Order: sequence, then structure tokens, then C-alpha cells
Amino acid sequence: MSHGNMNLTLKVWKQKNKDSKGTFETYNVKGISPDMSFLEMFDVLNEQLITEGKEPIAFDHDCREGICGMCSMYINGRPHGPKGGVTTCQLHMRSFNNGDTIVVEPWRGAAFPVIKDLAVDRSSFDRIMAAGGFVSVNTGNAKDANNILIPKDDADTAFNAAACIGCGACVAACKNSSAMLFVSAKVSQLSLLPQGKIEKQDRVLNMVKQMDEEGFGNCTNTGACEAECPKSISLENIARMNREYLGSSFFQNK
Amino acid sequence: MSKKSGFLSSSIGKKFIMGLTGLFLISFLVVHVSLNSAIFLNDGGVTFNAGADFMAHNPVIRIVEIGLFAGLILHIVQALVLTLENKKARPVAYQVVNGSANSSWYSRSMGLLGSLLLLFLVVHLANFWLPTKVAVFSHTEHNTFNNMKEVFAEWYIVVIYLVGVIGLLYHLLHGFQSAFQSLGINHKKYTPIIKKAGIWFSIIVCALFAAMPITMHLGLIK
Repeated sequence: MSHGNMNLTLKVWKQKNKDSKGTFETYNVKGISPDMSFLEMFDVLNEQLITEGKEPIAFDHDCREGICGMCSMYINGRPHGPKGGVTTCQLHMRSFNNGDTIVVEPWRGAAFPVIKDLAVDRSSFDRIMAAGGFVSVNTGNAKDANNILIPKDDADTAFNAAACIGCGACVAACKNSSAMLFVSAKVSQLSLLPQGKIEKQDRVLNMVKQMDEEGFGNCTNTGACEAECPKSISLENIARMNREYLGSSFFQNK
Repeated sequence: MSKKSGFLSSSIGKKFIMGLTGLFLISFLVVHVSLNSAIFLNDGGVTFNAGADFMAHNPVIRIVEIGLFAGLILHIVQALVLTLENKKARPVAYQVVNGSANSSWYSRSMGLLGSLLLLFLVVHLANFWLPTKVAVFSHTEHNTFNNMKEVFAEWYIVVIYLVGVIGLLYHLLHGFQSAFQSLGINHKKYTPIIKKAGIWFSIIVCALFAAMPITMHLGLIK
């Protein structure tokens, strides 16, 4: 591993499984390069732990380029750490100072049970998507992409909502563990486009129903989710979902 | 019918009720602060008492008053339900929370500010609403302006009212614009206007309310 001159103290949440009670463990890591990502720092720590014959820390990661939404970690009281608009894999150690103590916790929420240490079960998001986060299409040849004309503004707004990577930072940041930003981004990305408009009413009703059943909290419009979202998803999406839910609840055709 | 009850018990429906009752209570504040500002005419409370008398005896106002209490109770009960649900949604708390990095303290403290307002409201109703009611039902004359003067003669009452007004200020600073968002109103053109209007509304209403006990205590209103 590359070597640097940063020495850090880490207070990391250790939890055996979802049924056990977790505690904080303190670790010292030495020779960390400021150019490492936060996850690479954890790699160094885990190698150190393995060498010492101890159990490494479990944490989620996959693409390590900010697009998969797997890395989580609640770092010093903020999801994905102190920088705005980044995931943990995009957070560099130069955002910290030599000698810092860093507290690392998993996403906390009834709907995100801890699997082990810093890894949480986010399948509640999958179940919300399965409830309506899709567009039904017939099988067969793909249609020509320009068959339906879409205004540029609509395409852009839909695309901005579709930038959501489903990491769950909104839930982690929210004092109520509300999933409104995630669900509203998914509702918006589809309902803004003509292909998604067809199933608009059922979609919002079913996705919100599933969201409530999963045990997420309620939105109090603090805006913490928008501020912490690595993809800067806008609160406008939540208002759009509120509108669509209201309209669909009262004027659904069946 | 089932669809309707589904809406009201959903997370979005409950927030919708919070926003709607919140805006209804805000509309009451407009009436309340406008009428009470009549004391600043400094005419010995003649205009103010005429207004207070109208509010105490007009039958339409009586019906609206019932609606007001219903709205207030709904707002409080719904807030309690939501708060309990939100607590349940995070069974294990974070060790470190850097809330100020992503949101304002008052947006995170609406429950606390609301509880403060409720405590204030008990004192406030005992001071003014109750004596008026007693006078109406016993068919006796009641001078609300003199009542105000007596109440605000005590310095500690003035302090309680100022604390209440500060609580209201921060509750409104978040609540005003938040209500629109909960009702689904968020628009690039209008939301900045709503936010600014909310800030100015909160400041003006609270400044006027705060000026009432202060000026009366200092004897500036005769």
C-alpha cells in the first residue's frame, strides 16, 4: 500500500449481526496517505487487522467511483463524511487532519437493519422499487428512441432525478429516517416522461404504501437529505410526489 | 371511502394535514395581530375594545372559533403521532450527529418549539380568553384593553410573552414555507417568493406581538 504520514484514531461501530447489540471499537491507523480515499484507508486498517489475527471490519463498497450507491458510512455525524456531493469512496483523507479522531457509524434506521458492522440491509429500497418503480413495456424489438418527442426541460429534470444512486444517505441524514427524497426521485424520474405517465397514479400510490410499510419516518422538510445527497437530488421531487400522491388518492380512475 | 382513509393515514397524508392546519392557524394569526394592533392607535383602547367586543359576540366568529380549536387540536395530535412514528423509525441513535451541517436548528426542533407554544398558549388563554368567556356567559361588561394593561403590568408576564413570541418566530420561520412544500407546492418561480414572504411574515407578526406587552408595560399605550 502507498504510504503517507497521517496517523488517525478511528471509533468504528462493531456489530456481529442484526440481532446482536453493537459497540464502538477504537483503532489506530498509521501511515495513511492524504490521497487515499476513505475506503482505501479502511482497506489499510483491515489488512492491519488481518495481519494481527483480528477480525476485519465489514463495510459495503463496489464501484468505488461514486455511481453504484453501495458505500455508506456515517462519518463524524454526516453521511458520506464532511464533503458535499460525494460518496464515501470519493472522500479523500486530505479532508481530515493528522491526529484526528473519526467516528464511523452505519446508516441507522429501523428500515435499514445492520447486517454486520458498517454494512446495512437496504433491500427495503428494492421492495419500494418493485412496488412501482418501473415502466411496463411489451417484449419485442426496441422502439426507435425518437418516436416520442420529449421537451428538453422535462428530459433534464427527469435525468436529474434519475441521478439518484439509491445509497440511502437521505434516510441516514434525516432526523426522522424518512425515505421521501429517494422515493420522490424514483417517482419523478418516471412520471416526468411520457412512457412513465401511463402508470403514474398506481406507481405513486404503491411506492408510498410500500415506503410506509417498511418503517421509514415522516418528512419534516428540514432539507438535510438534499444537503447530504451525493447526487444533489432536489427537494422539488418531494413536492412533486406529494402533489401526485394527493391527486392520485382522490382522482384515481378505479 | 377506503381510499380516503388510506390517504389520511399515509405519511404524505399526515404531513398534508399538518401543512393545511398550519396554514389555517397562520390565517388566524393574521386576524389576531391585525386586531390587536389597534392598541397602537393609542386611543385609550376604544377601537381595540370595539373589535374585541365584536370577536366575543359575533355568532359567525363563534363558529370559526370552534373550527380554530379543532384545527389546533388536529395540528397537535397529528404532530404527536408523527413524532412517535419518527422516533420508532430510528431505534438506535447516532453517537455523533452534525445536524447544523445540513439543516437549521429550528427546522429540527419544531416539536420542541411547538410544545413551548402550547405551554405559552395555556398561560395566554388563562390571561385573556377565559376572562372574556366568563364575561360573555355571565352577561357582564368586560374591558379587554384594561385587562391587557393589568396583565402586562407584571414584568414576569412580559418575559413569558416574549419567550412565547420567540418560540412562535422560529416555529413560523420553518413552518410557513414548509407547509407549502407539504402541500406539494414547490416551483422554481414561486418558492423563492414563498420563502421570502415566510421570513418577512414571521418577523413582522412576531415584532408586532412582542411590541404589545413591552409598550403596555412601559406605559407607552394609554
